[in-house]
Amino acid sequence: MYLTYLRRELAGRKKQTIIVAAGLAIAIALVMIVNSLAAGVSAAQAQALESVYGVGTDLTVTGAQAAPGEGGGARFDFGQDGGSTTDDGATELSQSRLVTEPIRSTLDASTLDTVTGVEGVSAASAALSLTNMTFSGELPQRPDESADSGAAAEGQPPQQGEGGGGGFGGGSFGVDSFTVLGIDPSADAVGPLSAVEVSDGRGLASSDDGEYVAVLDATYASTAGVAVGDAIDVGGQEFEVVGIVSSTSDEADTASDVYIPLEVAQELSGAGDVISTVYVQAESSDAIASVQTALQEQFPEATVSSQADLASTVSGSLSSASTLITNLGTWLSLIVLAVALVLAVLFTISGVSRRTREFGTLKAIGWSNGRVVGQVAGESVVQGAIGGVVGLVIGFAGIIAINLISPTISTAPAVQSFGPDSGQGGPMGGGGGAFGNAVMQSAGTDIVLTAPITLWVVVAAVGIAVLGGLVAGAFGGWRAARLSPAEALRSVG
Amino acid sequence: MTMTDTEPAAAPDAAPRAQYRLEGVTRTYTQKGRVVKALAGVDLAIDAGDFVTIQGPTGGGKSTLLQLLGALDRPSSGSVRLGDIDVATANNRELGRIRAHEIGFVFQGFNLIPTLTAHENVDMALEPLGLSKDERAARVAEALAHVGLAERADHRPGELSGGQQQRVAIARAIVKRPRVLLADEPTGNLDESMRDEILAVLQSLNDEGLTLIVVTHDSAVARRARRRLRLDKGTVRDITR
Repeated sequence: MYLTYLRRELAGRKKQTIIVAAGLAIAIALVMIVNSLAAGVSAAQAQALESVYGVGTDLTVTGAQAAPGEGGGARFDFGQDGGSTTDDGATELSQSRLVTEPIRSTLDASTLDTVTGVEGVSAASAALSLTNMTFSGELPQRPDESADSGAAAEGQPPQQGEGGGGGFGGGSFGVDSFTVLGIDPSADAVGPLSAVEVSDGRGLASSDDGEYVAVLDATYASTAGVAVGDAIDVGGQEFEVVGIVSSTSDEADTASDVYIPLEVAQELSGAGDVISTVYVQAESSDAIASVQTALQEQFPEATVSSQADLASTVSGSLSSASTLITNLGTWLSLIVLAVALVLAVLFTISGVSRRTREFGTLKAIGWSNGRVVGQVAGESVVQGAIGGVVGLVIGFAGIIAINLISPTISTAPAVQSFGPDSGQGGPMGGGGGAFGNAVMQSAGTDIVLTAPITLWVVVAAVGIAVLGGLVAGAFGGWRAARLSPAEALRSVG
Repeated sequence: MTMTDTEPAAAPDAAPRAQYRLEGVTRTYTQKGRVVKALAGVDLAIDAGDFVTIQGPTGGGKSTLLQLLGALDRPSSGSVRLGDIDVATANNRELGRIRAHEIGFVFQGFNLIPTLTAHENVDMALEPLGLSKDERAARVAEALAHVGLAERADHRPGELSGGQQQRVAIARAIVKRPRVLLADEPTGNLDESMRDEILAVLQSLNDEGLTLIVVTHDSAVARRARRRLRLDKGTVRDITR
């Protein structure tokens, strides 16, 4: 009789059952999707960090933020006779420079030894972050070499270079760049290269110290059309490509486009015996905080960052997604859940009130309070269960849809830019106009966002459904228990 | 139309003689800040097997008296004895037991559960008794047959006439084989022909020994009773002639 009565009542009050179940279903689906996305974003953040800082990096030590005007910059000097002349008299110019990060100071190379000596540090490696900038372009025939020396080029302002007055304009220029990381070839336990695998050729070895050899990121190599055995120009020096590496994560690139030995990077950039980052691995997770404190004391001018600090540096849409899901997503799902629970409780209480005569009659024919309460609670739990099942289906469908769409989101650990105003542009010598801002971007990755289905998500969904039914049933049952049969029957005459 | 469509099944077992004794019963309520005295010192005795009607004006206390007799409520003072049990002092559990086993109740509005069939509505009354499934099915069939609705067992209240619905309610009241059947205006919502159907059923139950106490405005019902009581302004007097 219990199940028969329950089934008939829920079927007889379809609208109420649907509203309560739908409310719970939406709340459960939202909680599932938000939790799943949050897990996916966390995984993506970890992946982003891993691709940049490698596996096992607990802390990084970097230089202080550079004051305006300090830091590396590209300066391109072309002498009077710089470049080569083409058949039509135009001048082709091309120059590469290797520059350090303009926004952050470098550290002395001895920093690595000091860091290694700090208690709690199990491993450390150093790297020098550089950008190779290649200025290339073509200048039209110079006025003093042209047959018609009085002819002025169209639309170009007069230039004030060493060649004196008179402009000749019409040139086209461009700046290309790629990131270069000077690393210690023998350090593979911690640092960017701890999270890569060699897909062609070989990695850097300690025997490569001082050699003009390079290892390329697979994506960059593919884009640039460079293979193992080819040569590339880094800072005006030809390097032999000895290997190609890719990130252990399918969706991410490695930390840099090109990897060269640290000594060579220091020499070519002219930066001297400096490094930009020390990657530190602590002896244990418990030691991270104390090591961070010790390093900060040792290097008060430097920035010592933990994984949590590093995570906050991941900009781009991944950061936005994380904020959106954490803040808006969590609050939204909590609000919807609260509304669903309140709806369930109100509908149940309302239902009990409308069934005053029915419950009064049942008590009059001998039903106990407990039996009546049990009936009401059972109806609520079933409504909650229906909501739970539907919510699970919708939640799974949403998660599967996200995984099918597989949105790609960008991560950018740091974005640097410089332009004419920052003192990086230089005189062109003999002409040429200003060139636009060049944007340097350190290693950024595109990561496919997934929404993993975890047992916790399913358990949470089922738990919410049961909780919703029990809470509503408790309120409804309490209301039904308070009904006096005499009052109940009196109230309806 | 005859009262029953088929030969009635075997009548329920003869109920043991029940006895109601009310002494100095009062019942007051507070309604909208006012104290209402529904019953004022009622003294009454009802023998087993009796057919008693209670008449009186609206608001006279009839339904209140019936609810006390039905162990649905406790008096504010005085005693209401059903056999050895005093409703006034019994705890909620005992009152529930009395309602489940000793008393059948029929309401003016039938009070059937609309989503259940006639069979299931009658079965609801057996829920507290802890009987086996077979015993319950047998009793329900017997009760429905007794009121002439054996062939309507699978019909829901919405598919039955008013008279048929009231007969289902009577079946629900007698299926537990109570000592007493209390009816609050059992013909109040019925037309004349249906009223006669119900009266015939109630009469036959009384003839079989069931104590019958009926609150009614209907003089046709009152005429069938062996004792007629009038309740007015909380006091009762016997108007049997």
